[in-house]
Amino acid sequence: MNPALQGLLTIVIGVGGCVAYFYFSNIVLDKVLFPPRGPNAGRNINRANMIRPWLFLLPALLALGLYLAYPVFETLRLSLTQRVRGGGYEFVGLANYQQMLREPKFWEGFSNNILWLIVVPAASTAFGLLAAQLTDRIKWGSIAKSLIFMPMAISFVGAAVIFKLIYDTRPAGQEQIGVLNAVWLGFDGGVGSFIWLRLVPGLLLLALAAGAGALAWSLIKPVLGREGRSPGVIFGALRILGAVLMAAVVFLMLRQTLAVFTAEFPYGQPQTWLTIPFWNNFFLMIVLIWIQTGFAMVLLSAALRGIPEETVEAAIVDGANPFQIFFKIKMPQIVGTIVVVWTTITIIVLKVFDIVFAMTNGQWETQVLANYMYDKLFRANDWGVGSAGAMVIMLMVTPILIWNVYNARKEMR
Amino acid sequence: MDNIAGKKSALSWAVNIAVLALVALWVFPTVGLLVSSFRTGDQIASSGWWKSMLPTEQNLTLRTAGGDEAELIDGLYTVSGNLFAHEGIEQLDISAYGTSSRDVGAYAPGETVDMGDGEIIAVEADGDYVYTSEAEMSGRGQRVFVTAEVAPEFTLENYDNMLFDPNNIEGMSKAFFNTLTVSIPATIIPILVAAFAAYALAWMDFPGRALLIAAIVGLLVVPLQLALIPLLKLHNEIGIGKGYLGVWLAHTGFGLPLAIYILRNYMVGLPRDIIENAKVDGATDFQIFTKIILPLSFPALASFAIFQFLWTWNDLLVAIVFLIDSSGETTVMTKQIIELLGTRGGNWEILATAAFVSIAVPLVVFFAMQKYLVRGLLAGSVK
Repeated sequence: MNPALQGLLTIVIGVGGCVAYFYFSNIVLDKVLFPPRGPNAGRNINRANMIRPWLFLLPALLALGLYLAYPVFETLRLSLTQRVRGGGYEFVGLANYQQMLREPKFWEGFSNNILWLIVVPAASTAFGLLAAQLTDRIKWGSIAKSLIFMPMAISFVGAAVIFKLIYDTRPAGQEQIGVLNAVWLGFDGGVGSFIWLRLVPGLLLLALAAGAGALAWSLIKPVLGREGRSPGVIFGALRILGAVLMAAVVFLMLRQTLAVFTAEFPYGQPQTWLTIPFWNNFFLMIVLIWIQTGFAMVLLSAALRGIPEETVEAAIVDGANPFQIFFKIKMPQIVGTIVVVWTTITIIVLKVFDIVFAMTNGQWETQVLANYMYDKLFRANDWGVGSAGAMVIMLMVTPILIWNVYNARKEMR
Repeated sequence: MDNIAGKKSALSWAVNIAVLALVALWVFPTVGLLVSSFRTGDQIASSGWWKSMLPTEQNLTLRTAGGDEAELIDGLYTVSGNLFAHEGIEQLDISAYGTSSRDVGAYAPGETVDMGDGEIIAVEADGDYVYTSEAEMSGRGQRVFVTAEVAPEFTLENYDNMLFDPNNIEGMSKAFFNTLTVSIPATIIPILVAAFAAYALAWMDFPGRALLIAAIVGLLVVPLQLALIPLLKLHNEIGIGKGYLGVWLAHTGFGLPLAIYILRNYMVGLPRDIIENAKVDGATDFQIFTKIILPLSFPALASFAIFQFLWTWNDLLVAIVFLIDSSGETTVMTKQIIELLGTRGGNWEILATAAFVSIAVPLVVFFAMQKYLVRGLLAGSVK
């Protein structure tokens, strides 16, 4: 059958089936099972109303259970098994995890993922906040917003093509058609080159290191300090783990800052950007930052507009300058939204697959967990280790999952 | 907001310029792809796309008329005419010319050049030339290298080639329709299923409701990577295998948590009076849902529909796992682009066009229904 026709038929069957199911199941409930007539009319109505919600929920619950809840447990089970020759599976305990932890590609993916997790949400939120704050003050702000928001509609694969054109390299001597190389060949090692290639990135790295350091300190402080309530053993351990991770990040950033100031740059030679180890990760991250900034901007812009004007007016009357207003009056009021933006982008980062798959496929030390997992599952056909990789991603999402559920429950009360 | 106190911000100019720079930075990559898709492969390979808007200097190699057209004038063999007319190309404005490939811009137009051996040539800016020789000329004409401004030139040929050429196996038309076939049912079906569930979660009282809502918030963030192998196994066991049905079901399942979440949040905000009045008037829950809730929830339905459409249209992972089999008949555009990236890595006219064909529809949807998209974003993020 023609796929388009099949699609149309599916829509008709799907939609018709849903409507028919809801309609007839309600009729059966009201007319056949518990008719609101006879001696038990009152009881029947109550019973019908107890069952009806589940009629409404049934298809959704079935789909959710089968397509999202069941796979979590099945993947957990698969990660503990191994295929035996001749079909079937055997339980192997944590052997898959051990094997995975011995693979350098896993650690490469893991450390790259950590880097992504720090850089992409931070940069997207920062750019989004900047865009939201700036566009709120000008006449053509809504046009500017919709243009910055536009990449949101573009697929990761499309964005990968767009940025591959930017990173394109031609041999030395030919005209460069990639913007980045064209700009790069404009640098000659003079003062401009020092400012743009050493000073600015160096300062940015230092700022990132400072941010990570502050985060590490705020994580470890309640554990060290004796005042206040004790955080409990599990939270304490989590905090220490987080602080250690952040300290590692600080160390990494400081080392790179040193490298930025001391490295010899090959001026005048076109670069193949996606093959430069470590830095190529950033060239991939730029793609996701470019896409996600619009999302951050939209949410933060709404939050900024929701700030009561009185608070800002009062600050102006008290003589605050625009920067004080922004950092001391507005920021504390939108901190909740910033957390939402941050966690949402974090989840997207953990799932990022298409960009790496399309641009480098994990070569040149750009592996990430999602792509590592895909490699294991569908290229190496090793379901055990692949599932173990998936469980690592799930584990990294879990804190956000718990946090979201906790907040949603708090909001409902 | 700084204007509230009647004080015009001194930063106003800086803000305008900063926003302009930011917007330029964000639009620039996409524009590069769009412009490239309208250039020929040679143009893309020879100059950066940002230069294509301006006239470019190009070096052309042209020839004078051959020796058999030479006339004997004042004892000199002479050929004359117009360089561009000989080659049958559009007349350009010559800024420099040369007679040797080693120095193609040696002379200014109008200059008379002694080439040695009694040969003299003069080329005017419009391409008119006079070439004389003391000895008899033979064979093909003299080569002349000219430098000229060429006006920007764009072509629709790439789109013609990628979309409408039935012989092009790399073409996007099949993949385009496959993508459409995937995304339309995968957008419509979850909406309906989710709407009923969202109504129950918003307006019906039953034990376990709060727990269910919390579960759905939790499922919102479950990475779909976890679902790949178990579901592929399941699909193979129940006989769906790889195909459209599988991908529709998968997209429905993965889209449901967001759909239910957005719709429930919206439905909870609908006025309670309307629903209670309808109940008093004897309407059943089914009637309330179809006659009141569904029409009132249109904005939320539209928001989710756009999300789901963009997501299914742009998806790669679900399609390669659940849909595309080894025959490649059911390939979608994202997968096709990945293939082209592998086989045609340097042919930017093909890549840019293919990518833009797949980007175009989401962009149209985005600009046409941006309002609903923003609303959906605001409603769909867990606060």
